Amino acid sequence: MTAATTPRLRRAAAPRLDTRADRPVRRSPGLTIAMTLFLVYSLVPLAWLVINATKTQPGLLDSFGLWFADDFALVDNVRQVLTYNDGIFVRWFANTLLYVVVGAGGATVLATFAGYGLAKFDFPGKRAVFAVVLGSIAIPGTALAVPTFLMFSELGLTNTIWAIIIPSLISPFGLYLVWIFAQDSVPTEVLEAARVDGASELRTFLTIALRMMVPGIVTVLLFAVVATWNNYFLPLIMLNDPALFPLTIGLQNWNAQAVGVGSTPIFHLVITGSVLTILPIVVAFLLLQRYWQSGLTAGSVKA
Amino acid sequence: MDARTHRRPRAVLAAVALVATLGLTACSGGDDGGSGGGGGGDASADAVDAALEKGGEITYWTWTPSAEAQVAAFEDAYPNVKVKLVDTAAAADHNLRLQNAITAGSGAPDVAQLEYQSLPQFVLPGSLVDLTEYGFADLEDKYTASTWGSVTIQDGIWGLPQDSGPMALFYNKRVFDENGITVPTTWDEYVEAGRKLHAADPTKYITNDAGGDAGFGTSMIWQAGGRPFQVDGETVTIDLQDEGAQRWADTWNTLVQEELVSEISGWSDEWFAALADGSIASLPIGAWMPGVLESGAAGGSGDWAVAPMPTYDGGEAVTAENGGSAQVVLEQSKNKALAAGFLRWLNSSQDSIDVFLESGGFPATVADLESDDFLNQESEYFGGQQINKVLVDAANSVGKGWQYLPWQAYANSIYSDTVGQSYLNRADINDGLKAWQEQNVTYGQEQGYTVEEG
Amino acid sequence: MSVAAAPPPALAETAPRRRTQRSFTGLFFTAPFLAVFAFVFVTPVLYALYLSFFRDRLVGGRSFVGVENYVQVFGDAKFWEGAGRVGLFLAVQVPVMLALALVAALAIDSARLYGTGFFRIAIFLPYAVPGVVAVLMWGFMYGDRFGLAGNINDLLGSQVLAPLTPQWILVAIGNIVTWQFVGYNMLIFYSSLKTIPSELYEAAAIDGAGPLRIVRAIKIPALRGAIVIATIFSIIGSMQLFNEPNILRTIVPNVISTFYTPNMYAYNLSFVGQQVTYAATVAIVMGVITGVIAYVVQLRGQREATR
Repeated sequence: MTAATTPRLRRAAAPRLDTRADRPVRRSPGLTIAMTLFLVYSLVPLAWLVINATKTQPGLLDSFGLWFADDFALVDNVRQVLTYNDGIFVRWFANTLLYVVVGAGGATVLATFAGYGLAKFDFPGKRAVFAVVLGSIAIPGTALAVPTFLMFSELGLTNTIWAIIIPSLISPFGLYLVWIFAQDSVPTEVLEAARVDGASELRTFLTIALRMMVPGIVTVLLFAVVATWNNYFLPLIMLNDPALFPLTIGLQNWNAQAVGVGSTPIFHLVITGSVLTILPIVVAFLLLQRYWQSGLTAGSVKA
Repeated sequence: MDARTHRRPRAVLAAVALVATLGLTACSGGDDGGSGGGGGGDASADAVDAALEKGGEITYWTWTPSAEAQVAAFEDAYPNVKVKLVDTAAAADHNLRLQNAITAGSGAPDVAQLEYQSLPQFVLPGSLVDLTEYGFADLEDKYTASTWGSVTIQDGIWGLPQDSGPMALFYNKRVFDENGITVPTTWDEYVEAGRKLHAADPTKYITNDAGGDAGFGTSMIWQAGGRPFQVDGETVTIDLQDEGAQRWADTWNTLVQEELVSEISGWSDEWFAALADGSIASLPIGAWMPGVLESGAAGGSGDWAVAPMPTYDGGEAVTAENGGSAQVVLEQSKNKALAAGFLRWLNSSQDSIDVFLESGGFPATVADLESDDFLNQESEYFGGQQINKVLVDAANSVGKGWQYLPWQAYANSIYSDTVGQSYLNRADINDGLKAWQEQNVTYGQEQGYTVEEG
Repeated sequence: MSVAAAPPPALAETAPRRRTQRSFTGLFFTAPFLAVFAFVFVTPVLYALYLSFFRDRLVGGRSFVGVENYVQVFGDAKFWEGAGRVGLFLAVQVPVMLALALVAALAIDSARLYGTGFFRIAIFLPYAVPGVVAVLMWGFMYGDRFGLAGNINDLLGSQVLAPLTPQWILVAIGNIVTWQFVGYNMLIFYSSLKTIPSELYEAAAIDGAGPLRIVRAIKIPALRGAIVIATIFSIIGSMQLFNEPNILRTIVPNVISTFYTPNMYAYNLSFVGQQVTYAATVAIVMGVITGVIAYVVQLRGQREATR
């Protein structure tokens, strides 16, 4: 998904002017200060994480949480994380990447097509879709784990990458978001015009509608990426081979290593590993946020 | 220990049947249900030797740190055999995954580690191979009576013991000395020591217990002479108010109600920190603890020492098992004879046990427990104390006749819902035990057992 | 949740405007999603429904019991205790979280902040933290010995902060959930605000509307669809509360019971108690309750829209 559409989106984005930038704005120090409180709330726990990623295992236990210990061991911790158990972390990282690219990418494609189809067309059974999707997700997923697990094992899918990827392909929330976004941002008139010109429905969608939905699709993609990146419960149930683990389960395994007979606590590696796990998401967000920055939809109707 | 057990799943025979009723595909649930001899020819000690010679590939799930070295040594000795090692990190997720694979009818390993307390619930639904037919009865003399007793359930041999956890009193000698506390030999003295320590230094506690650790509670009842669970086929007797259970609860009531025990949960980072700096000054816990202290509380090196468990009457030493595990062969295995061969080597050959001992494990084999090398070892962490002398004495004084429930994982999970509430409310632990009993009786009956209350 | 349930509000709003031809083209776009959805969601739900009419016993195996499991759920004090707890949780936490998210989204969208981009990512960041790690962090800060709570208490010389006690634990959980999901909801609102056509703002500027009036007259109405959907999904999320209490339980096992939320109860029943069929029943009953609440919220959202 990312590979296929990003270049097109980028081309579409570049020439457009942000008409909203023309609006006169006055920056407000008061509002900035109020929002800064919000910021502190969001960031303090993350500061804890980053600060503690610089500590050794003993340093972690006997120093104040929100300040650095005497030893600055960040580099050494990162090295240990990457080499512990023959570099299994790198393997987990690659697995996670695979699950995210195929799972979240696929989820975004499916949700985009379906959301558009629901927003812009009428077809038999359409009203039932909403009810069925909502009804199904209202049932707690954790409790459905056993039926899902049994089904997958019957099909020989457990302990394979497909046990993680196939369920990740569905993002009900993504579907609703695209549905709403398509509704609001793609004027039916534009589609009508394309039809009059004789463009096929698929072509109309790919060349015209898609670019108008960009902020929505990017939001859905980001959510799907994060959800897949942080996927925890499903792999816990479905996988038993550490070579297939994503990062979350790997970190959980490291965390659990402190427990019980033969305990070897490596909390410092869990924390440093967590920082390394979050970093790619931050990067992904920074890369994607340009799509909200420029008012992409502005002017679309005129186009 | 709670964190190890609260998520533990349990065997369900019917769940396998349910796969069949699902009717999605024709594929049946693997080759379970057969008797021991699947895959590797007939079942006997000779068959095991032949299988080892012939070779093949097996999978082994474990969380023992020394496993990698053991497997390497095994593959040197038997070059035709390839062992795929899966490190499962800790018992909780290990058991969850094992249970899932059994339920699914495929994906289980050939050999797996299981805690003694989890064995019954895997044995009863028929998930494990009875090793009697592979001649394992001959190995009985190698192991301590209590560990052998743990793997022999209902006339079968379901695993070979790897380690054991006879309880002893681990204490922070520095903190004890600084506060003028002598090592308690009875539980009354222990309570007294707790009062004295906390009065002298309110940041210090004699021990930690948040009431969430069923493994600790059951071991303490065992040590106090309680035998609350008796299992005979499908008849289960539960009496959590027998003399021993009450004796422990009465003692612990004082400690909890006077707030002499810290509420830090075991195995958390706070716990390791408190062990390192001495704010938790002692632990009545299994003999495998030295390795944990060395790797998790390095800061406490030189401070700790080991003494026998206090007793209730000041008389003869008596203790209980706490933790410890065996390795088993799964009924799902396609090459049971080979799996049995690996297991036999793993837990009875000196080559393997030596590797295990080197990693700081506490053995279950009599010869090693009695060897001079082992007994005379001086532990640096324990300030040069020959701790194994104390721990081996403990191994020889484990109270007999203890049994776990066939649904111990579930029972352990609801321990904090019942007994834990007594801790929380500083109420009588006996009431908590009664509530625990009541919920277990209900559960057992719902599961089709005949449950009698003692 | 019957077939009669209405489509989302946004659809209802525009449906009468212009009907496109009733054809199977829409189905073509929707089918791939529906196919996978049927496989990973609908089939397990139907299977769970099937299971709920049976009972498993370790001794005696499986037997058909009709609606007995349902009767048992309705008389199950553990289930209702958990259900009541998540009900209370969602009544308090969801409005607080969504209000904060809305304010943040409007503030960032207003272009009146210094460093807009930084605020946007910083507030979103907690969502990127894996749940396991998030609870680990907060668990540390909640510690009244070594944690921040302990430090603050020392500072004040009191025991005001005790987040891990039975009285405060639900608030402590609510705080973690809010921390994690404010940014997520903020981003939904924010990207929804970004789809507002600029003509509307231009028109408002010509009319001389102030910023607050623009918020009231343009932004909030434009956000209605997003708000309703975010509310519905937050409700579903609260009703399925699991990760946070389940992981915190390892620190405070006797404060958080095995049936603290219905989802934890179902999880423990099936994975620890091996009562798969009863767990399926609990899940279905909880699903129906959730569906009804979500449906009511959606209806209300629709009514407001037509008002």
